[in-house]
Amino acid sequence: MEILVCVKRVPDAAENEIAVEGGAIRGDDLVYSVNEWDNYAVEEAIQIVEREGGSVTVVTVGDGDAEEVLRREMAMGANQGLLLSDPAFAGADGLGLATILAAAVRKGAYDLVLTGALADDGAAQVGGMLAALLDWPFASLVNLVEVDGSRLRVGREIEGGTQEVSDIDLPCVLSIQTGINEPRYVGLRGIRKVASVEIPVLDAAALGVTPAAAKVRRLDYFVPPAGAGADMLTGTTAELAGQLLGLLKAKGGIK
Amino acid sequence: MATVFAYIAHAGGRADDSALELLAAVRTLFPGADPVALVAGSGPSLEAACQEAAASFAEVWKFDQEALAYPNAELLRPLLARVLPPGALVLLPHSTLGMDLGPGLAVKLGAAYLPDVVGGSPLEGTSLQAVRQEFSGQVSAHVACDVSGGAVVTLRSGAFKAEPSRSAGGRVVDRSADAGGLSARRRFVKLVQAEAGDIDITREDVLVSVGRGIGDKENIALVEELAEAMGAALCCSRPIVDAKWLEKPRQVGTSGQTVKPKVYLALGISGSFQHLGGIKGSPFLVAVNKNPKAPIFQAASVGIVADLLELVPALTEAIQKGK
Ligand SMILES: Cc1cc2nc3c(=O)[nH]c(=O)nc-3n(C[C@H](O)[C@H](O)[C@H](O)COP(=O)(O)OP(=O)(O)OC[C@H]3O[C@@H](n4cnc5c(N)ncnc54)[C@H](O)[C@@H]3O)c2cc1C
Repeated sequence: MEILVCVKRVPDAAENEIAVEGGAIRGDDLVYSVNEWDNYAVEEAIQIVEREGGSVTVVTVGDGDAEEVLRREMAMGANQGLLLSDPAFAGADGLGLATILAAAVRKGAYDLVLTGALADDGAAQVGGMLAALLDWPFASLVNLVEVDGSRLRVGREIEGGTQEVSDIDLPCVLSIQTGINEPRYVGLRGIRKVASVEIPVLDAAALGVTPAAAKVRRLDYFVPPAGAGADMLTGTTAELAGQLLGLLKAKGGIK
Repeated sequence: MATVFAYIAHAGGRADDSALELLAAVRTLFPGADPVALVAGSGPSLEAACQEAAASFAEVWKFDQEALAYPNAELLRPLLARVLPPGALVLLPHSTLGMDLGPGLAVKLGAAYLPDVVGGSPLEGTSLQAVRQEFSGQVSAHVACDVSGGAVVTLRSGAFKAEPSRSAGGRVVDRSADAGGLSARRRFVKLVQAEAGDIDITREDVLVSVGRGIGDKENIALVEELAEAMGAALCCSRPIVDAKWLEKPRQVGTSGQTVKPKVYLALGISGSFQHLGGIKGSPFLVAVNKNPKAPIFQAASVGIVADLLELVPALTEAIQKGK
């Protein structure tokens, strides 16, 4: 099974306080990492290849910095990386990204394309668009994959934790939900092993794409008004514990 | 303005709560529009859902086909691409179905895709201004969407408050003939219900809930002790279940359990809408988070900016002494 996994370099929301300045995200000291959902997608691809044979390619659209996430996923076990990079790609919206990725898919011979279910911008759109551009079937929020000849049995996680099980023909695109597996640990040794592997770079000309003008544009970022807001308690740890104990007792929170 | 359509999700003959929220969103984003409800399915339960939709929408398009008995996005997408007029403005709930259907539908219609909208202002010309959230609600963004070639918009649950139906007394138009001959390369097999655990957090009055801020599996013992001292049940956010630190039946949220406690103590939880979406009945919500800007503080009754690893043992001790 030849599998392509789309990954993205994002500001790590757990490591950063995302601050807004003048309508933009303050960028100087942001820590970046692989989008959380993508690690599950790469792990799933590696596990499928371990069972069925084949190879895993990780791909990203971005500038030179984006290469680091490809290397991280290769250290995890992906066989090769592919960087799609061109100044013309800057500012691409979801459809723009899907168009660039679709061109890369057409250049290869993949049976299966995986994406993360969502990136931290929360749009959950690239996988579904990519499938539509390729005219391949699609399933989102996948939390189970079993290979069965020329088709897969997939589970989608729907509301309330219920799983919707379907059969889907190959080739197809799946967006992967967290919790489907346990992404393996990436050690320093793994990182060192792939540090000097060459990663091919394809630009707009090589891919034969010109992303169309974005239909959706972000105007600005802002911090939402705090609303009614909470009563904020202050004090030393012991004082806070004491105040909280009082409040919890009063509200029936201590039995 | 192009015609506005609202996709009505339904189950067991009842229209989903999202139906009236879509209607409220139409009134905010496309005032003056008379939206058409799209209802697909099969048999008597479809008919009942159509009648319910007709109480709020002036026109309801009914698609009755055996193949549509289960809402498979791989069938709904080609169906909608077939029947919707050029330039259509389509509203979907940002549910697991909306996420499955929406992005590809926008591509097939050549329309813009505007996902997970939480607010916005009335359409001006061909530019729709909407509000979205990013980074689990830590920041919001204004976005402008060019709807001149149509648009598919998905709406976050709860963002537009459902208004009571206006007794539209709408007419149901049977468009089933247009839904013939659909086939999909993804075929629905079955639903598997979430496993029941040894604890039912939906019945508990007092919940201690732990999120990724706990940092390490070893630290779970700290919150277990606190829950025990309080006589509360322990629950958690999704990353804790993904990491297998606690079992799935303890997960609160849209893809977990919906709880209705009187007191909810959220420890190291950022407050994503998928988590908060599982908490009903506005409990006394106490949030402990080391980030003063965490979105959970907007939903909380009482907030404490602190490291939970320090505060939790101190609180446990205070309770044990105070008892
Ligand atoms: C389709 C879908 C369904 C989902 N369903 C659910 C669901 O049912 N339930 C759910 O919970 N999520 C769900 N999610 C995931 C959700 O989007 C968030 O990723 C998740 O809720 C985040 O969990 P968290 O708040 O524990 O972690 P994070 O967002 O990582 O937040 C951790 C918080 O802990 C704080 N913190 C860190 N260290 C400390 C410390 N020492 N002391 C105090 N505070 C600290 C940080 O400041 C941060 O605010 C779903 C996502 C999708 C896409």
